Amino acid sequence: MALFDVSGFKDYSELRRQIHPGGKTHLVDRTNHYNFGAKTQEFAVPLGVDPSGFIKSCSRDGGVCIELNHGTTTLAFKFRHGVIVAVDSRASAGRYLASNDVNKVIEINPYLLGTMSGSAADCQYWERLLAKECRLYRLRNNHRISVAAASKLLSNMMLGYRGMGLSMGSMICGWDKEGPGLYYVDDNGTRLSGRMFSTGCGNSYAYGVVDSGYREDMTVEEAYELGRRGIAHATHRDAYSGGVVNMYHMQEDGWIKVCKEDVSELIHRYRKGMF
Amino acid sequence: MRQTLLVTINTASKHQYSQQGGETACSGWSLLSSPVEYAQEAVKKGSTAVGIRGKDIVVLGVEKKSVAKLQEERTVRKICALDEHVCMAFAGLTADARIVINRARVECQSHRLTVEDPVTVEYITRYIATLKQRYTQSNGRRPFGISALIVGFDYDGTPRLYQTDPSGTYHAWKANAIGRSAKTVREFLEKNYTDEAIAGDNEAIKLAIKALLEVVQSGGKNIELAVIRRNQPLKILESKEIETLVAEIEKEKEEEAEKKKQKKST
Repeated sequence: MALFDVSGFKDYSELRRQIHPGGKTHLVDRTNHYNFGAKTQEFAVPLGVDPSGFIKSCSRDGGVCIELNHGTTTLAFKFRHGVIVAVDSRASAGRYLASNDVNKVIEINPYLLGTMSGSAADCQYWERLLAKECRLYRLRNNHRISVAAASKLLSNMMLGYRGMGLSMGSMICGWDKEGPGLYYVDDNGTRLSGRMFSTGCGNSYAYGVVDSGYREDMTVEEAYELGRRGIAHATHRDAYSGGVVNMYHMQEDGWIKVCKEDVSELIHRYRKGMF
Repeated sequence: MRQTLLVTINTASKHQYSQQGGETACSGWSLLSSPVEYAQEAVKKGSTAVGIRGKDIVVLGVEKKSVAKLQEERTVRKICALDEHVCMAFAGLTADARIVINRARVECQSHRLTVEDPVTVEYITRYIATLKQRYTQSNGRRPFGISALIVGFDYDGTPRLYQTDPSGTYHAWKANAIGRSAKTVREFLEKNYTDEAIAGDNEAIKLAIKALLEVVQSGGKNIELAVIRRNQPLKILESKEIETLVAEIEKEKEEEAEKKKQKKST
């Protein structure tokens, strides 16, 4: 426009191009909230830094080896009366036990739960961000976000930082208008809907127990016992899992916290039947 | 210095709106205080559109301008589908509408992709309204010169009708009209929109036609009509169907007049 050219006014993007001549920055102004926080990224990656290259170099033999293990056991399964979510509570840093009393389930809202396994910092940060987005969605649209949409938001956030060393394996569980929902989301951007998932380095033990005892038409008490057993046996054999079993039951009118039981006591109880 | 700058901006706005759209004459403009008002003036000069929310059907009708002899009739489309279950009609600058419709279509698909659910009519209306508002408050851009009537069904089966205007506000309506003779049509609708008038699908369509016939010049030929029924995609009525319905309406009018005459005489 004529006035534009005469006044010598410079567009914001033009000014930014003068400061950063090469390539575009990853951090974009959040003017449009309808992308649900998926298109814009939370952190700007500084110019000249290559996180994915650095991570690749960390797993080279002979080079510096940084092990990123998912030290945890979490499990969740759908059955006739809803979804059972059971997690352990141990946080480890290598061979050092940081805490035996960590809450690995984030209560996003009365109808949505998220579990955490992997890097504690990554899980807590991104799932709390997800909780913020879910709350904003509820305020803007006057109805609760669906489980499918919430899990998709989280997986899109992960995809934005793919290969840069995030470590998170999470299960998003909830009850929405489609019924009970269970999604597995991880740091590669994988998002799977399913009937049963278990994550963390103790997951193989948990799978063994739950697979052998699972029936779709279980009673609620049987389902609770199955969840408890899965975590208890996994913590018994896996060094990086332990502490207490935190168990939640997702019902049609919201979740309830079922129990918080110490795994060593559980193992004692089971042992009486074992030998 | 400041005073002259303001005047330059205002006349520039007026110029921007009157250049487009061919049908408007420059002489109708007076000096208004903001670009949004110019946009609203542009809408008032556009051809009429009417929207009606029935029980199981939503109807959109627009006044079709008579085309020149050599012009192909089908290329002038004022009713557009935004998604399978939502469509909109507009009044104002056609080129501006094209941009808005395109952005809305992309947003509908983006919503399906991210949320795995189709948009609600309120959501897409809010998106369009926010888009329009952004252009009223940013540097070097002029507001979109269109008002839109957005109709559709939500996933729970509720029919909806919303209207947006260039300033970026939106409201839900039971029936509304925008464009050149919006006031006349709205008065007609206020008198005639009753529960029995929208009792069935056919009744709702006839109400829309009757409303347009009040202001349209030569009858059924200059009306374009589109309907969405619950769980069905947008359907644009053919001119034959419109002619049949117009004939029915004329017959009903005659019968009404006959009855009134008989009442008077007895």
